[in-house]
Amino acid sequence: MTILKVTGLTKRFGTTDVLRGIDLEVARGERIAILGASGSGKSTLLRCLNFMERPGGGTIALDGQVLGREGKSGERTYRENELIQVRQRVGMVFQQFNLFPHMTAIGNVMEGLRTVRGMPKPEAEARARKELARVGLAEKAETYPAHLSGGQKQRVAIARALAMDPEMLLFDEPTSALDPELVGEVLAVILALAEEGRTMMLVTHELGFAYHVATRIIFLADGAIHEQGSPDEVLKNPKKERTRAFLASHKQFSF
Amino acid sequence: MRWDFASVFDNTDALLVGAAGTLRIFAICLVLGLSLGLLVGLGRYSRNRWLHIPATVFVEFFRNTPVLVQILWFYFALPILLPFQISPLAAASLGISLNSAAFSAEIYRGGIQSIETGQWDGARALGMRWGQAMRRIILPQALKRMLPALTNRAIEIFKMSTLASAVAYVELLQQGKLIASLNYNPIEAYTAVAVIFFVFLWPLVQFSYFLERRLRRDE
Amino acid sequence: MAYQWDFAPVLANAPFLAEGLANTLKITGTALVCGVVLGLALALLRLSPRCFLSWPAGFVIEVFRTTPPLVQLFWFFFALPILVGIEMTPFVAGAVTFSIQSASFFAEVFRAGIQSIERGQWDGARAIGMRHDQALRRIILPQAVKRMIPAFMERAIELMKTTTLIATISYADLLFAANEISQKTFRPLETYTVVALIYFVVIFLASQVARLVELRLARSGESTVH
Ligand SMILES: Nc1ncnc2c1ncn2[C@@H]1O[C@H](COP(=O)(O)OP(=O)(O)OP(=O)(O)O)[C@@H](O)[C@H]1O
Ligand SMILES: [Mg+2]
Repeated sequence: MTILKVTGLTKRFGTTDVLRGIDLEVARGERIAILGASGSGKSTLLRCLNFMERPGGGTIALDGQVLGREGKSGERTYRENELIQVRQRVGMVFQQFNLFPHMTAIGNVMEGLRTVRGMPKPEAEARARKELARVGLAEKAETYPAHLSGGQKQRVAIARALAMDPEMLLFDEPTSALDPELVGEVLAVILALAEEGRTMMLVTHELGFAYHVATRIIFLADGAIHEQGSPDEVLKNPKKERTRAFLASHKQFSF
Repeated sequence: MRWDFASVFDNTDALLVGAAGTLRIFAICLVLGLSLGLLVGLGRYSRNRWLHIPATVFVEFFRNTPVLVQILWFYFALPILLPFQISPLAAASLGISLNSAAFSAEIYRGGIQSIETGQWDGARALGMRWGQAMRRIILPQALKRMLPALTNRAIEIFKMSTLASAVAYVELLQQGKLIASLNYNPIEAYTAVAVIFFVFLWPLVQFSYFLERRLRRDE
Repeated sequence: MAYQWDFAPVLANAPFLAEGLANTLKITGTALVCGVVLGLALALLRLSPRCFLSWPAGFVIEVFRTTPPLVQLFWFFFALPILVGIEMTPFVAGAVTFSIQSASFFAEVFRAGIQSIERGQWDGARAIGMRHDQALRRIILPQAVKRMIPAFMERAIELMKTTTLIATISYADLLFAANEISQKTFRPLETYTVVALIYFVVIFLASQVARLVELRLARSGESTVH
């Protein structure tokens, strides 16, 4: 069953076309890894999917519901309230964590529940503790981000996204800012979420992880889907020259 | 209520005299304040405590009292200790200059301290004396970093010049008061004075924004 | 000819000085509270993407930063009452002038503080579904305010010094008290010296507190804006 359907998505910053017509259908429970060179538009694509960036053209449908309204000049217009609903249903985890430094770990996880959902404090706190326990940080609840390691910060950020009960999760290079020895703990959490059958899209340079966890691989080049297919198809037997060149440049790639 | 600026234009001469007075005291205080500030700033920077302590006392005293109080002290209190009178211009200039010297001293000191010690080493390795290194190597570099703050000081001095009207020195605001009381047109008179100050100060303020942007970009 | 200092007549007027100081604190406090609130409002308007909000806010800020406070005070005291047909006491004129004037400076402090917060904080807040105002209130401002504290205290101290201007329109602040006492006692030297020292003590103490707070913030690794 399709949860997300993207049709002809475009986005430009100033005069550069960053996305040039993306068509994409995501089924429930699918795990899509997005690969591509730096600047190919991976982050922009993810950010458009939860409307952190307004799409330039094309449509995005969530659960069969096309978002926004056709404006007079043909451009789609979006109401802020609608987008806020979408962002709660599509969670996002960032490369730089973006934790709120003035709140404890549990404060970070509770923030969306309290402020956005208006959930009473005891309930939000119980829920937040559950999410922190899920990422293995129950005992760090009262710690401020400044006193957490990079890996712990990213796990708190994942808990913060999970607390909103998203139907889908977007990860933008969740381990790229981490020291190598801390990458494993974050990948383990993501793997556990995968095993729960969650729908997710993941931008990553960890090709081995993508191979094991993803159900589909998308290779993005110049703002368009250059090649896609199962991990075996794309990573082991790439059909296109650019995909091959990209994979060759990732030496650490081993299955 | 009708605006009637004719009564202000009739007094253009008075405003010109006032503008001259404003520019005169501004120039005096700018030169005195910023140059005395450099001396005091060097004193603050110095490790010699016969220089450091008096400079610090000076800075703390003049930064931590209102400039209007200083001006009135020089005008009403100081003459009692002196065998001669003090003119409004002298009292206001003293107050504004010393106040500005105290503030700019901290700008100079901060600017000098911000230059890496490697520059001192380089200058000394060439055989320069302290004064030569300061003048030829350190100050020129520091000046660039201090320029936005010093420009802001100049703007403050220009604004402070209006306080001279409190001791009846003839400058723009004082002339505005005069025109307002003679013609019963305070709205037009004070609006005109405000506009004139805005016209004088606006380019300076824009220049300081420009300097700040440039400094931020270069660092 | 050594001058015979005599502080007795001035000290006999201590209650008068105390009242003046109280009034100085009153006008400073009033303008500070109003200035901060108004400054935040101006900053938010100025940061707004809608030009019919940001432009007027920018105009007010520029005008009040670009004209001398004493001219503003005279305008509000002598011109505005006639223009709008209401009486203005010296206190009200001073409170209005110093509030807007300090607000235009506080606005820039707020703006610098808000803009100093990394974009990722906005991203994090929006990603969990916060509205702009929620993100501002819960995430951005609490962090920005901490960085603004030194600049904020510096401005507050400047404000206290600026309030002396209100003596020129006969509000009974500390400087005005000095004026009165010196005329009554014929002791301008002692009077102005005492009053200068009172100002010095109050402002110096405030500056020391500001310095301490700034040091503590710096030691805790907090970056600050100016
Ligand atoms: N807010 C923005 N304003 C202007 N240009 C932008 C903006 N965001 C992204 N870009 C540009 O869009 C292009 C694609 O950026 P994007 O961040 O999506 O690439 P990416 O594939 O995620 O790269 P990386 O692997 O480096 O994260 C880049 O050329 C980038 O400079
Ligand atoms: Mg990216």
